[in-house]
Amino acid sequence: MRKTFSNFLPAAIPFVVVTLAVEWLVRAGWIKAFLVPPPSAVLETMLRDWPELFAALAKTSVGALTGFALSAVGGIAIGVFLSSSKTIQRAFYPYAVFFQTVPIIAIAPLLVIWFGYGLRTVIASAFVVSIFPVIANTLSGILATDPALRDLFRLYGASPSATLWKLRFPGALPQILTGLRIAGGLAVIGAIVGEFIGGQGLGSVVDVARTQQRTDKVFAAVLLASVLGLALFGFINLLSRLLLRRWHASFSD
Amino acid sequence: MEQVNDAEKVGGGNAQTGGAAVRIHLLRRTFDDLVVINNLTLDIAAGEFLSILGPSGCGKSTLLRLIAGLTKPTSGTLDVTPADLKFHTAYVFQDAHLLPWRSVLENTVLPLELMGTPRDECVRRARAALEEVGLAETEARYPAQLSGGMRMRVSLARALVTSPRLLLLDEPFSALDEVTRFRLDIRLRELWLERRMTVIFVTHSITEAAFLADRAVVLTRKGGAIKLDRKLALPKVRTNELRASSQFGVEMQALLTAMEEES
Repeated sequence: MRKTFSNFLPAAIPFVVVTLAVEWLVRAGWIKAFLVPPPSAVLETMLRDWPELFAALAKTSVGALTGFALSAVGGIAIGVFLSSSKTIQRAFYPYAVFFQTVPIIAIAPLLVIWFGYGLRTVIASAFVVSIFPVIANTLSGILATDPALRDLFRLYGASPSATLWKLRFPGALPQILTGLRIAGGLAVIGAIVGEFIGGQGLGSVVDVARTQQRTDKVFAAVLLASVLGLALFGFINLLSRLLLRRWHASFSD
Repeated sequence: MEQVNDAEKVGGGNAQTGGAAVRIHLLRRTFDDLVVINNLTLDIAAGEFLSILGPSGCGKSTLLRLIAGLTKPTSGTLDVTPADLKFHTAYVFQDAHLLPWRSVLENTVLPLELMGTPRDECVRRARAALEEVGLAETEARYPAQLSGGMRMRVSLARALVTSPRLLLLDEPFSALDEVTRFRLDIRLRELWLERRMTVIFVTHSITEAAFLADRAVVLTRKGGAIKLDRKLALPKVRTNELRASSQFGVEMQALLTAMEEES
Protein backbone atom coordinates (compact mmCIF):
# COMPACT_ATOMS: atom_id res chain seq x y z
CA MET A 1 0.00 0.00 0.00
CA ARG A 2 2.73 2.35 1.02
CA LYS A 3 4.69 1.42 -2.07
CA THR A 4 1.69 2.08 -4.31
CA PHE A 5 1.32 5.44 -2.65
CA SER A 6 4.96 6.41 -3.16
CA ASN A 7 4.75 5.19 -6.78
CA PHE A 8 1.81 7.37 -7.70
CA LEU A 9 2.37 10.41 -5.54
CA PRO A 10 5.13 11.94 -7.71
CA ALA A 11 2.84 11.73 -10.76
CA ALA A 12 -0.24 12.97 -8.90
CA ILE A 13 1.32 16.16 -7.57
CA PRO A 14 1.95 17.86 -10.95
CA PHE A 15 -1.56 16.83 -12.08
CA VAL A 16 -3.22 18.41 -9.07
CA VAL A 17 -1.05 21.53 -9.25
CA VAL A 18 -1.64 22.09 -12.99
CA THR A 19 -5.39 21.41 -12.67
CA LEU A 20 -5.75 23.89 -9.83
CA ALA A 21 -3.59 26.46 -11.63
CA VAL A 22 -5.66 26.21 -14.83
CA GLU A 23 -8.90 26.49 -12.82
CA TRP A 24 -7.62 29.61 -11.11
CA LEU A 25 -6.24 31.20 -14.30
CA VAL A 26 -9.56 30.72 -16.12
CA ARG A 27 -11.67 31.98 -13.23
CA ALA A 28 -9.44 35.00 -12.79
CA GLY A 29 -9.97 35.80 -16.47
CA TRP A 30 -6.33 35.29 -17.53
CA ILE A 31 -7.37 32.56 -19.96
CA LYS A 32 -10.63 32.74 -21.95
CA ALA A 33 -12.99 29.92 -21.01
CA PHE A 34 -13.85 29.18 -24.66
CA LEU A 35 -10.18 28.53 -25.35
CA VAL A 36 -9.38 26.44 -22.30
CA PRO A 37 -12.36 25.35 -20.23
CA PRO A 38 -11.90 25.31 -16.45
CA PRO A 39 -11.25 21.73 -15.24
CA SER A 40 -14.43 21.90 -13.16
CA ALA A 41 -16.46 22.45 -16.35
CA VAL A 42 -14.76 19.47 -18.02
CA LEU A 43 -15.68 17.33 -15.03
CA GLU A 44 -19.26 18.59 -15.16
CA THR A 45 -19.51 17.77 -18.89
CA MET A 46 -17.99 14.38 -18.27
CA LEU A 47 -20.70 13.59 -15.70
CA ARG A 48 -23.59 15.10 -17.66
CA ASP A 49 -22.68 13.57 -21.04
CA TRP A 50 -21.37 10.32 -19.54
CA PRO A 51 -23.71 7.95 -21.46
CA GLU A 52 -22.68 9.48 -24.80
CA LEU A 53 -19.00 9.71 -23.87
CA PHE A 54 -18.91 6.20 -22.50
CA ALA A 55 -20.50 4.79 -25.66
CA ALA A 56 -17.89 6.68 -27.70
CA LEU A 57 -15.08 5.38 -25.48
CA ALA A 58 -16.34 1.82 -25.94
CA LYS A 59 -16.34 2.20 -29.73
CA THR A 60 -12.87 3.75 -29.81
CA SER A 61 -11.61 0.99 -27.52
CA VAL A 62 -12.89 -1.71 -29.87
CA GLY A 63 -11.27 0.01 -32.87
CA ALA A 64 -7.95 0.71 -31.15
CA LEU A 65 -7.65 -2.69 -29.49
CA THR A 66 -8.56 -4.61 -32.63
CA GLY A 67 -6.08 -2.55 -34.66
CA PHE A 68 -3.45 -3.09 -31.99
CA ALA A 69 -4.07 -6.85 -31.87
CA LEU A 70 -3.73 -7.08 -35.66
CA SER A 71 -0.50 -5.05 -35.51
CA ALA A 72 0.87 -7.26 -32.77
CA VAL A 73 0.16 -10.52 -34.61
CA GLY A 74 0.98 -9.17 -38.08
CA GLY A 75 4.04 -7.19 -36.94
CA ILE A 76 5.59 -10.13 -35.12
CA ALA A 77 4.89 -12.45 -38.06
CA ILE A 78 6.40 -10.00 -40.55
CA GLY A 79 9.40 -9.37 -38.28
CA VAL A 80 10.06 -13.12 -38.02
CA PHE A 81 9.68 -13.49 -41.78
CA LEU A 82 12.09 -10.61 -42.48
CA SER A 83 14.67 -12.11 -40.12
CA SER A 84 14.88 -15.29 -42.19
CA SER A 85 17.33 -13.93 -44.75
CA LYS A 86 19.30 -10.88 -45.76
CA THR A 87 17.77 -10.94 -49.23
CA ILE A 88 14.24 -11.00 -47.87
CA GLN A 89 15.13 -8.04 -45.65
CA ARG A 90 16.48 -6.09 -48.60
CA ALA A 91 13.40 -6.91 -50.63
CA PHE A 92 10.72 -6.05 -48.09
CA TYR A 93 12.08 -3.92 -45.26
CA PRO A 94 11.94 -0.66 -47.28
CA TYR A 95 8.18 -1.18 -47.64
CA ALA A 96 7.84 -1.65 -43.91
CA VAL A 97 9.65 1.65 -43.43
CA PHE A 98 7.31 3.19 -45.98
CA PHE A 99 4.41 2.18 -43.73
CA GLN A 100 5.95 4.18 -40.92
CA THR A 101 6.36 7.32 -42.99
CA VAL A 102 2.83 7.27 -44.40
CA PRO A 103 1.05 10.34 -43.00
CA ILE A 104 -2.05 8.71 -41.59
CA ILE A 105 -4.11 11.89 -41.80
CA ALA A 106 -3.47 12.00 -45.55
CA ILE A 107 -4.39 8.41 -46.29
CA ALA A 108 -7.34 8.21 -43.89
CA PRO A 109 -9.77 9.41 -46.61
CA LEU A 110 -8.47 6.58 -48.81
CA LEU A 111 -9.18 4.11 -46.03
CA VAL A 112 -12.76 5.38 -45.95
CA ILE A 113 -13.06 4.75 -49.69
CA TRP A 114 -11.67 1.24 -49.27
CA PHE A 115 -13.40 0.20 -46.06
CA GLY A 116 -16.44 2.50 -45.90
CA TYR A 117 -17.67 4.55 -42.95
CA GLY A 118 -17.41 2.77 -39.65
CA LEU A 119 -15.39 0.42 -37.53
CA ARG A 120 -13.40 -1.20 -40.32
CA THR A 121 -11.81 2.11 -41.31
CA VAL A 122 -11.00 2.85 -37.67
CA ILE A 123 -9.35 -0.54 -37.26
CA ALA A 124 -7.39 -0.13 -40.50
CA SER A 125 -6.17 3.30 -39.41
CA ALA A 126 -5.07 2.04 -35.98
CA PHE A 127 -3.34 -0.92 -37.66
CA VAL A 128 -1.44 1.14 -40.26
CA VAL A 129 0.10 3.52 -37.73
CA SER A 130 0.97 0.94 -35.11
CA ILE A 131 2.45 -1.98 -37.05
CA PHE A 132 5.88 -0.58 -37.86
CA PRO A 133 7.40 -0.45 -34.36
CA VAL A 134 6.35 -4.08 -33.87
CA ILE A 135 8.04 -5.15 -37.13
CA ALA A 136 11.20 -3.14 -36.45
CA ASN A 137 11.58 -4.31 -32.85
CA THR A 138 10.87 -7.95 -33.65
CA LEU A 139 13.42 -7.88 -36.45
CA SER A 140 16.19 -6.15 -34.52
CA GLY A 141 15.53 -8.34 -31.47
CA ILE A 142 15.89 -11.50 -33.51
CA LEU A 143 18.98 -10.23 -35.32
CA ALA A 144 20.65 -9.34 -32.01
CA THR A 145 20.88 -12.98 -30.89
CA ASP A 146 24.00 -13.71 -28.84
CA PRO A 147 26.56 -15.10 -31.35
CA ALA A 148 27.96 -17.48 -28.72
CA LEU A 149 24.55 -19.06 -28.26
CA ARG A 150 24.12 -19.37 -32.00
CA ASP A 151 27.44 -21.23 -32.08
CA LEU A 152 26.18 -23.47 -29.31
CA PHE A 153 23.00 -24.29 -31.24
CA ARG A 154 25.06 -25.03 -34.36
CA LEU A 155 27.39 -27.29 -32.41
CA TYR A 156 24.46 -29.51 -31.46
CA GLY A 157 23.00 -29.54 -34.96
CA ALA A 158 19.90 -27.42 -34.21
CA SER A 159 17.68 -26.85 -37.26
CA PRO A 160 16.92 -23.26 -38.32
CA SER A 161 13.41 -23.60 -36.91
CA ALA A 162 14.64 -24.96 -33.56
CA THR A 163 17.13 -22.07 -33.42
CA LEU A 164 14.34 -19.61 -34.15
CA TRP A 165 11.82 -20.90 -31.61
CA LYS A 166 14.15 -22.00 -28.85
CA LEU A 167 16.69 -19.21 -29.06
CA ARG A 168 16.11 -16.25 -31.34
CA PHE A 169 12.43 -15.58 -30.74
CA PRO A 170 12.40 -15.95 -26.95
CA GLY A 171 15.63 -13.93 -26.85
CA ALA A 172 13.91 -11.13 -28.76
CA LEU A 173 10.95 -10.92 -26.34
CA PRO A 174 12.13 -7.86 -24.39
CA GLN A 175 12.51 -5.91 -27.64
CA ILE A 176 9.22 -7.17 -29.04
CA LEU A 177 7.44 -6.01 -25.90
CA THR A 178 9.05 -2.59 -26.25
CA GLY A 179 7.67 -2.46 -29.78
CA LEU A 180 4.21 -3.41 -28.52
CA ARG A 181 4.33 -0.67 -25.86
CA ILE A 182 4.99 1.93 -28.55
CA ALA A 183 2.35 0.39 -30.83
CA GLY A 184 -0.30 0.60 -28.08
CA GLY A 185 -0.10 4.39 -27.88
CA LEU A 186 0.00 4.71 -31.65
CA ALA A 187 -3.06 2.47 -32.10
CA VAL A 188 -5.15 4.85 -29.98
CA ILE A 189 -3.97 7.81 -32.06
CA GLY A 190 -4.71 5.86 -35.26
CA ALA A 191 -8.22 5.00 -34.07
CA ILE A 192 -9.01 8.63 -33.19
CA VAL A 193 -7.75 9.82 -36.59
CA GLY A 194 -9.82 7.14 -38.30
CA GLU A 195 -12.89 8.34 -36.41
CA PHE A 196 -12.24 11.97 -37.42
CA ILE A 197 -12.67 10.97 -41.03
CA GLY A 198 -14.96 8.01 -41.11
CA GLY A 199 -16.05 6.51 -37.86
CA GLN A 200 -17.84 6.95 -34.61
CA GLY A 201 -16.26 7.21 -31.21
CA LEU A 202 -14.19 9.68 -29.24
CA GLY A 203 -12.70 11.01 -32.47
CA SER A 204 -16.09 11.95 -33.88
CA VAL A 205 -17.17 13.39 -30.51
CA VAL A 206 -14.11 15.67 -30.62
CA ASP A 207 -14.87 16.62 -34.21
CA VAL A 208 -18.51 17.50 -33.54
CA ALA A 209 -17.81 19.31 -30.24
CA ARG A 210 -15.13 21.38 -32.00
CA THR A 211 -17.57 22.66 -34.59
CA GLN A 212 -19.92 23.58 -31.74
CA GLN A 213 -17.16 25.46 -29.90
CA ARG A 214 -17.62 23.03 -26.99
CA THR A 215 -14.03 22.93 -25.77
CA ASP A 216 -15.17 21.42 -22.47
CA LYS A 217 -16.47 18.39 -24.37
CA VAL A 218 -13.34 18.23 -26.55
CA PHE A 219 -11.28 18.10 -23.37
CA ALA A 220 -13.51 15.45 -21.82
CA ALA A 221 -13.17 13.24 -24.90
CA VAL A 222 -9.40 13.79 -25.14
CA LEU A 223 -9.07 12.88 -21.47
CA LEU A 224 -10.90 9.61 -22.04
CA ALA A 225 -8.72 8.83 -25.06
CA SER A 226 -5.65 9.33 -22.85
CA VAL A 227 -7.12 7.01 -20.25
CA LEU A 228 -7.55 4.39 -22.96
CA GLY A 229 -3.92 4.84 -24.05
CA LEU A 230 -2.74 4.58 -20.44
CA ALA A 231 -4.80 1.45 -19.85
CA LEU A 232 -3.28 -0.21 -22.91
CA PHE A 233 0.19 0.84 -21.80
CA GLY A 234 -0.49 -0.59 -18.34
CA PHE A 235 -1.72 -3.86 -19.82
CA ILE A 236 1.43 -4.27 -21.93
CA ASN A 237 3.62 -3.48 -18.93
CA LEU A 238 1.83 -6.15 -16.96
CA LEU A 239 2.30 -8.60 -19.82
CA SER A 240 6.03 -7.75 -19.96
CA ARG A 241 6.40 -8.35 -16.28
CA LEU A 242 4.70 -11.71 -16.53
CA LEU A 243 6.67 -12.87 -19.55
CA LEU A 244 10.05 -11.57 -18.41
CA ARG A 245 9.77 -12.20 -14.68
CA ARG A 246 12.35 -14.95 -14.81
CA TRP A 247 14.92 -12.80 -16.61
CA HIS A 248 15.59 -10.56 -13.68
CA ALA A 249 16.88 -11.36 -10.24
CA SER A 250 14.04 -9.43 -8.60
CA PHE A 251 11.30 -12.03 -9.01
CA SER A 252 10.37 -14.04 -5.95
CA ASP A 253 9.69 -17.74 -6.04
CA MET B 1 26.79 -40.09 -37.06
CA GLU B 2 26.27 -42.65 -39.86
CA GLN B 3 29.21 -44.86 -38.99
CA VAL B 4 28.77 -44.80 -35.26
CA ASN B 5 27.93 -48.13 -33.71
CA ASP B 6 24.97 -48.38 -31.38
CA ALA B 7 26.81 -48.10 -28.09
CA GLU B 8 28.34 -44.82 -29.15
CA LYS B 9 25.29 -43.41 -30.80
CA VAL B 10 24.19 -40.02 -29.65
CA GLY B 11 21.73 -40.36 -26.84
CA GLY B 12 22.83 -43.94 -26.32
CA GLY B 13 23.56 -43.56 -22.63
CA ASN B 14 26.63 -42.51 -20.77
CA ALA B 15 29.04 -45.00 -22.30
CA GLN B 16 32.60 -43.84 -21.75
CA THR B 17 33.97 -43.17 -25.17
CA GLY B 18 37.43 -41.80 -24.45
CA GLY B 19 39.05 -38.69 -25.80
CA ALA B 20 39.46 -37.42 -29.32
CA ALA B 21 42.80 -36.61 -30.91
CA VAL B 22 43.35 -33.37 -32.80
CA ARG B 23 45.96 -33.05 -35.52
CA ILE B 24 46.59 -29.58 -36.90
CA HIS B 25 48.90 -29.13 -39.86
CA LEU B 26 49.93 -25.80 -41.40
CA LEU B 27 46.60 -24.28 -40.40
CA ARG B 28 45.91 -20.81 -41.65
CA ARG B 29 42.92 -18.57 -41.01
CA THR B 30 42.51 -15.06 -42.31
CA PHE B 31 39.68 -12.55 -41.99
CA ASP B 32 39.89 -10.40 -45.10
CA ASP B 33 43.44 -9.04 -44.95
CA LEU B 34 44.01 -9.92 -41.33
CA VAL B 35 46.02 -13.09 -40.73
CA VAL B 36 44.86 -14.50 -37.41
CA ILE B 37 46.51 -17.90 -37.55
CA ASN B 38 49.45 -18.47 -39.81
CA ASN B 39 50.61 -22.00 -40.59
CA LEU B 40 50.12 -23.49 -37.16
CA THR B 41 51.09 -27.11 -36.60
CA LEU B 42 50.08 -28.82 -33.40
CA ASP B 43 49.24 -32.37 -32.34
CA ILE B 44 46.97 -33.03 -29.41
CA ALA B 45 46.76 -36.63 -28.22
CA ALA B 46 43.52 -38.36 -27.25
CA GLY B 47 42.78 -37.82 -23.57
CA GLU B 48 45.28 -35.03 -23.15
CA PHE B 49 44.71 -31.91 -21.00
CA LEU B 50 46.27 -29.05 -22.93
CA SER B 51 46.45 -25.39 -21.97
CA ILE B 52 46.89 -22.80 -24.68
CA LEU B 53 48.40 -19.53 -23.54
CA GLY B 54 49.14 -16.42 -25.50
CA PRO B 55 48.83 -12.66 -25.54
CA SER B 56 45.42 -11.31 -26.43
CA GLY B 57 44.84 -11.15 -30.15
CA CYS B 58 47.04 -14.15 -30.87
CA GLY B 59 44.13 -16.13 -32.30
CA LYS B 60 43.41 -18.42 -29.34
CA SER B 61 39.65 -18.14 -29.63
CA THR B 62 39.74 -18.51 -33.40
CA LEU B 63 41.79 -21.67 -32.97
CA LEU B 64 39.15 -23.12 -30.64
CA ARG B 65 36.36 -22.21 -33.04
CA LEU B 66 38.28 -23.90 -35.84
CA ILE B 67 38.72 -27.06 -33.79
CA ALA B 68 34.99 -27.01 -32.94
CA GLY B 69 34.17 -26.73 -36.64
CA LEU B 70 32.37 -23.42 -36.09
CA THR B 71 34.54 -21.72 -38.69
CA LYS B 72 36.50 -23.10 -41.64
CA PRO B 73 40.27 -22.89 -42.14
CA THR B 74 41.51 -20.72 -45.00
CA SER B 75 44.10 -23.39 -45.74
CA GLY B 76 45.86 -26.29 -44.05
CA THR B 77 44.34 -29.29 -42.38
CA LEU B 78 42.64 -29.95 -39.10
CA ASP B 79 41.70 -33.53 -38.34
CA VAL B 80 39.81 -34.68 -35.33
CA THR B 81 39.80 -38.45 -34.80
CA PRO B 82 37.59 -40.38 -34.56
CA ALA B 83 36.08 -38.47 -37.45
CA ASP B 84 32.42 -38.90 -36.50
CA LEU B 85 32.81 -36.29 -33.80
CA LYS B 86 29.55 -34.55 -34.51
CA PHE B 87 27.90 -33.84 -31.16
CA HIS B 88 30.95 -35.12 -29.27
CA THR B 89 32.53 -31.72 -29.00
CA ALA B 90 31.49 -29.33 -26.25
CA TYR B 91 32.38 -25.68 -25.94
CA VAL B 92 32.45 -23.50 -22.85
CA PHE B 93 32.53 -19.76 -23.42
CA GLN B 94 34.12 -16.93 -21.51
CA ASP B 95 30.76 -16.08 -19.93
CA ALA B 96 28.13 -18.61 -18.99
CA HIS B 97 25.75 -17.66 -21.85
CA LEU B 98 22.71 -19.35 -20.34
CA LEU B 99 19.18 -18.83 -21.62
CA PRO B 100 17.56 -16.53 -19.03
CA TRP B 101 14.09 -17.92 -19.68
CA ARG B 102 15.10 -21.50 -18.88
CA SER B 103 15.67 -23.00 -15.45
CA VAL B 104 19.03 -24.52 -14.50
CA LEU B 105 17.73 -27.98 -15.42
CA GLU B 106 16.27 -26.81 -18.74
CA ASN B 107 19.52 -25.04 -19.63
CA THR B 108 21.44 -28.24 -18.95
CA VAL B 109 18.99 -30.32 -20.97
CA LEU B 110 19.37 -28.05 -24.02
CA PRO B 111 22.18 -29.82 -25.97
CA LEU B 112 20.49 -33.22 -25.64
CA GLU B 113 17.13 -31.70 -26.54
CA LEU B 114 18.62 -30.18 -29.71
CA MET B 115 20.17 -33.51 -30.60
CA GLY B 116 16.75 -35.15 -30.38
CA THR B 117 17.33 -37.27 -27.28
CA PRO B 118 14.13 -38.60 -25.64
CA ARG B 119 12.88 -36.33 -22.89
CA ASP B 120 13.25 -38.64 -19.88
CA GLU B 121 16.80 -39.49 -20.85
CA CYS B 122 17.55 -35.77 -21.28
CA VAL B 123 16.38 -35.08 -17.75
CA ARG B 124 18.19 -38.04 -16.24
CA ARG B 125 21.50 -37.10 -17.84
CA ALA B 126 21.09 -33.39 -17.09
CA ARG B 127 20.51 -34.19 -13.40
CA ALA B 128 23.64 -36.36 -13.40
CA ALA B 129 25.66 -33.54 -15.00
CA LEU B 130 24.37 -31.02 -12.46
CA GLU B 131 25.29 -33.43 -9.69
CA GLU B 132 28.82 -33.54 -11.03
CA VAL B 133 29.26 -29.79 -10.77
CA GLY B 134 27.56 -29.68 -7.36
CA LEU B 135 24.32 -28.00 -8.45
CA ALA B 136 21.79 -30.79 -7.91
CA GLU B 137 19.85 -28.65 -5.44
CA THR B 138 19.41 -25.68 -7.73
CA GLU B 139 17.85 -27.27 -10.81
CA ALA B 140 14.59 -25.31 -10.49
CA ARG B 141 16.25 -21.92 -10.18
CA TYR B 142 16.74 -19.44 -13.00
CA PRO B 143 20.07 -17.93 -14.14
CA ALA B 144 19.17 -14.51 -12.71
CA GLN B 145 19.00 -16.09 -9.26
CA LEU B 146 22.51 -17.55 -9.41
CA SER B 147 25.95 -16.17 -8.60
CA GLY B 148 28.53 -15.85 -11.37
CA GLY B 149 30.30 -19.00 -10.19
CA MET B 150 27.08 -21.02 -10.15
CA ARG B 151 26.18 -19.82 -13.63
CA MET B 152 29.57 -20.94 -14.88
CA ARG B 153 29.02 -24.35 -13.28
CA VAL B 154 25.69 -24.65 -15.10
CA SER B 155 27.53 -23.79 -18.29
CA LEU B 156 30.03 -26.56 -17.49
CA ALA B 157 27.21 -29.03 -16.77
CA ARG B 158 25.61 -28.10 -20.09
CA ALA B 159 28.92 -28.93 -21.81
CA LEU B 160 29.35 -32.23 -19.93
CA VAL B 161 25.79 -33.46 -20.42
CA THR B 162 26.53 -34.95 -23.83
CA SER B 163 29.56 -36.86 -22.47
CA PRO B 164 31.86 -35.04 -24.90
CA ARG B 165 35.10 -36.58 -26.11
CA LEU B 166 36.55 -33.17 -26.77
CA LEU B 167 35.95 -30.32 -24.34
CA LEU B 168 36.96 -26.85 -25.50
CA LEU B 169 37.09 -24.05 -22.95
CA ASP B 170 37.68 -20.41 -23.88
CA GLU B 171 38.87 -18.52 -20.78
CA PRO B 172 35.86 -19.89 -18.92
CA PHE B 173 36.64 -18.76 -15.39
CA SER B 174 38.28 -15.43 -16.13
CA ALA B 175 35.37 -13.34 -14.85
CA LEU B 176 35.20 -15.11 -11.47
CA ASP B 177 36.81 -14.28 -8.14
CA GLU B 178 39.93 -16.30 -7.31
CA VAL B 179 38.47 -18.55 -4.62
CA THR B 180 35.63 -19.63 -6.92
CA ARG B 181 38.06 -19.97 -9.76
CA PHE B 182 40.48 -22.19 -7.79
CA ARG B 183 37.55 -24.38 -6.75
CA LEU B 184 36.36 -24.77 -10.34
CA ASP B 185 39.93 -25.46 -11.52
CA ILE B 186 40.16 -28.38 -9.10
CA ARG B 187 36.73 -29.68 -10.11
CA LEU B 188 37.53 -29.46 -13.81
CA ARG B 189 40.74 -31.40 -13.30
CA GLU B 190 38.84 -34.08 -11.33
CA LEU B 191 36.21 -34.35 -14.06
CA TRP B 192 38.93 -34.83 -16.62
CA LEU B 193 40.54 -37.59 -14.54
CA GLU B 194 37.17 -39.33 -14.23
CA ARG B 195 36.14 -39.03 -17.85
CA ARG B 196 39.39 -39.16 -19.80
CA MET B 197 38.10 -36.79 -22.44
CA THR B 198 40.46 -34.50 -24.33
CA VAL B 199 40.44 -30.99 -22.85
CA ILE B 200 41.77 -27.88 -24.57
CA PHE B 201 41.78 -24.94 -22.20
CA VAL B 202 42.50 -21.48 -23.57
CA THR B 203 43.52 -18.88 -21.02
CA HIS B 204 45.68 -15.85 -20.46
CA SER B 205 46.31 -16.81 -16.85
CA ILE B 206 49.69 -18.48 -16.43
CA THR B 207 48.74 -19.86 -13.00
CA GLU B 208 45.60 -21.46 -14.34
CA ALA B 209 47.35 -22.90 -17.39
CA ALA B 210 50.01 -24.51 -15.24
CA PHE B 211 47.64 -25.70 -12.52
CA LEU B 212 45.20 -27.44 -14.86
CA ALA B 213 47.13 -28.99 -17.66
CA ASP B 214 49.68 -31.69 -18.37
CA ARG B 215 51.00 -29.80 -21.32
CA ALA B 216 51.02 -26.09 -22.05
CA VAL B 217 51.52 -24.35 -25.36
CA VAL B 218 52.41 -20.67 -25.59
CA LEU B 219 51.48 -19.03 -28.88
CA THR B 220 53.41 -16.13 -30.32
CA ARG B 221 51.82 -12.70 -30.65
CA LYS B 222 51.44 -13.15 -34.39
CA GLY B 223 49.32 -16.27 -34.20
CA GLY B 224 50.76 -19.34 -35.75
CA ALA B 225 54.15 -20.09 -34.37
CA ILE B 226 54.47 -21.92 -31.09
CA LYS B 227 56.74 -20.14 -28.68
CA LEU B 228 56.87 -22.92 -26.14
CA ASP B 229 55.47 -26.44 -25.97
CA ARG B 230 56.08 -27.88 -22.54
CA LYS B 231 55.09 -31.03 -20.69
CA LEU B 232 54.37 -30.01 -17.13
CA ALA B 233 56.09 -32.10 -14.47
CA LEU B 234 53.27 -31.96 -11.95
CA PRO B 235 51.32 -34.65 -10.06
CA LYS B 236 48.18 -36.15 -11.53
CA VAL B 237 45.86 -35.03 -8.77
CA ARG B 238 46.00 -31.29 -8.19
CA THR B 239 45.14 -29.55 -4.93
CA ASN B 240 45.56 -26.00 -3.71
CA GLU B 241 48.75 -27.00 -1.86
CA LEU B 242 50.36 -27.47 -5.24
CA ARG B 243 50.06 -23.75 -5.90
CA ALA B 244 52.67 -23.03 -3.21
CA SER B 245 55.07 -25.82 -4.15
CA SER B 246 58.45 -25.35 -5.76
CA GLN B 247 57.64 -27.65 -8.72
CA PHE B 248 54.71 -25.42 -9.52
CA GLY B 249 56.98 -22.39 -9.29
CA VAL B 250 59.38 -23.91 -11.81
CA GLU B 251 56.59 -24.55 -14.33
CA MET B 252 55.11 -21.10 -13.80
CA GLN B 253 58.52 -19.52 -14.35
CA ALA B 254 59.00 -21.35 -17.63
CA LEU B 255 55.61 -20.25 -18.92
CA LEU B 256 56.06 -16.71 -17.64
CA THR B 257 59.41 -16.33 -19.42
CA ALA B 258 57.87 -17.44 -22.71
CA MET B 259 54.88 -15.12 -22.21
CA GLU B 260 57.07 -12.15 -21.32
CA GLU B 261 59.05 -12.49 -24.49
CA GLU B 262 55.83 -12.29 -26.42
CA SER B 263 54.35 -9.21 -24.79
